[in-house]
Amino acid sequence: MRPRVIPVLLLDRRRRLVKTQGFSAPTYIGDPFNVVRIFNEKEVDEICVLDIEATHDGRMPDIGFLRELAAECFMPIAYGGGITSVADCEAVMKSGIEKVVIGTMAPTSSLVQQVAADFGSSSVCVCIDIRGSGNTARVVIRRAEHALDHLPVAYARWLEGQGAGEILLQSVDRDGAREGYDLDLIQAVSKAISIPLIAVGGAGTHAHLRAGLQAGASAVASGSAFVFIGKLRGVLVSYPVGVELDAILA
Amino acid sequence: MIVIVDYGVGNLGALVNMFEYLGFDCETSRDPKTIAAAGKLVLPGVGAFDKAMRNLHDYGLVQPLSDAVLGRGTPVLGVCLGMQLLGEASEEGSQPGLGWIAAQSLRIRPPIDMDLKVPHIGWSDVTPRCGSPLFEGNGTNPRFYFSHSYHMQCRRDEHIAAMVEYGGELCCAVAAGNIHGVQFHPEKSHRHGMAILKAFAAKT
Repeated sequence: MRPRVIPVLLLDRRRRLVKTQGFSAPTYIGDPFNVVRIFNEKEVDEICVLDIEATHDGRMPDIGFLRELAAECFMPIAYGGGITSVADCEAVMKSGIEKVVIGTMAPTSSLVQQVAADFGSSSVCVCIDIRGSGNTARVVIRRAEHALDHLPVAYARWLEGQGAGEILLQSVDRDGAREGYDLDLIQAVSKAISIPLIAVGGAGTHAHLRAGLQAGASAVASGSAFVFIGKLRGVLVSYPVGVELDAILA
Repeated sequence: MIVIVDYGVGNLGALVNMFEYLGFDCETSRDPKTIAAAGKLVLPGVGAFDKAMRNLHDYGLVQPLSDAVLGRGTPVLGVCLGMQLLGEASEEGSQPGLGWIAAQSLRIRPPIDMDLKVPHIGWSDVTPRCGSPLFEGNGTNPRFYFSHSYHMQCRRDEHIAAMVEYGGELCCAVAAGNIHGVQFHPEKSHRHGMAILKAFAAKT
């Protein structure tokens, strides 16, 4: 199987695509429909769409919008943001999305277990946001505003036991920094679980993506790597194809 | 008319989108009369085996589906869990399947030393066997998007339409006359998936 290379698309409350740094300072990227069409042409492996303000705003997933977006997508889509119930998941999946991403609700409820029972583990991806690194790495929720005592490895194992089908492991400190993933974190967590791990947070180049896979990730995701070019963060939507992709996967 | 069976589990939206994009008429329904009148049937499916079979029974769809597929030879395509339902049973649950194909579904158990993750989520090259109309014109090694923890094991070799390598050779497509099933998601597999759905709509 080829490891996946996944663009992450962040939506703000006005349904615009943005890219953050350290979970704040959003830069406007463009219209989600235009970007998705480009990704169709590039035959991307999968996309991950996250509404980064839904939980903060207390908004439910915007099903009408997701239905329109899914109608344009010829690739698998994972969606996260504002999901608080099995009914939310059902509505999201009915709209044409194959996977739900659960974050803030995962540690404090039985939502992961319930959704896995109803829709199967492979439909449930749990996002683990991490602040700090090494011994100081801790799980955070609610846009990293609230820190938990959970350690990354133990928490990931617990989620696997709850029925999570996949872990989206995100380093908050590295978000948008384009200096590479937290490879030690990826290695530690991927070794501890038998479900796939998607690495996100910090990749800016194809070499970073490759390093993430070598550290043990089953898939590498990035917001920055596929939308920015150059030090000045000029917006250019791209995706590795052909020999570029082969070099990442080699 | 292609009827996508809406029995409360499954990503119907994506299949509808793709058939419409390809220019084929389709609708979703759980009405036995609509199913009886269908030119072709698609059985989608995401989630747990028992829940899916229970829903088919609760909506009163098992008999109308069997009448159409076994009685009148209506072509059917099972997708993902929908393919596994075509078999007799699954290790995932205790409910019997539809039993249209002599097969059962087993959990994927890759050899420990291969360090392969389960679920098998992602893109894999598929090796079609000659004879299945669904794979005609799709190149020799098409790739498809998979997302599953169980796989189907056929008792009769001639029912296997394609194989995928994941810690061993797994059956990932079945064909028996008018009955077809694919473990991967053709509605999410770019041009390779489009070719499968087009072949099902036009050639079966």
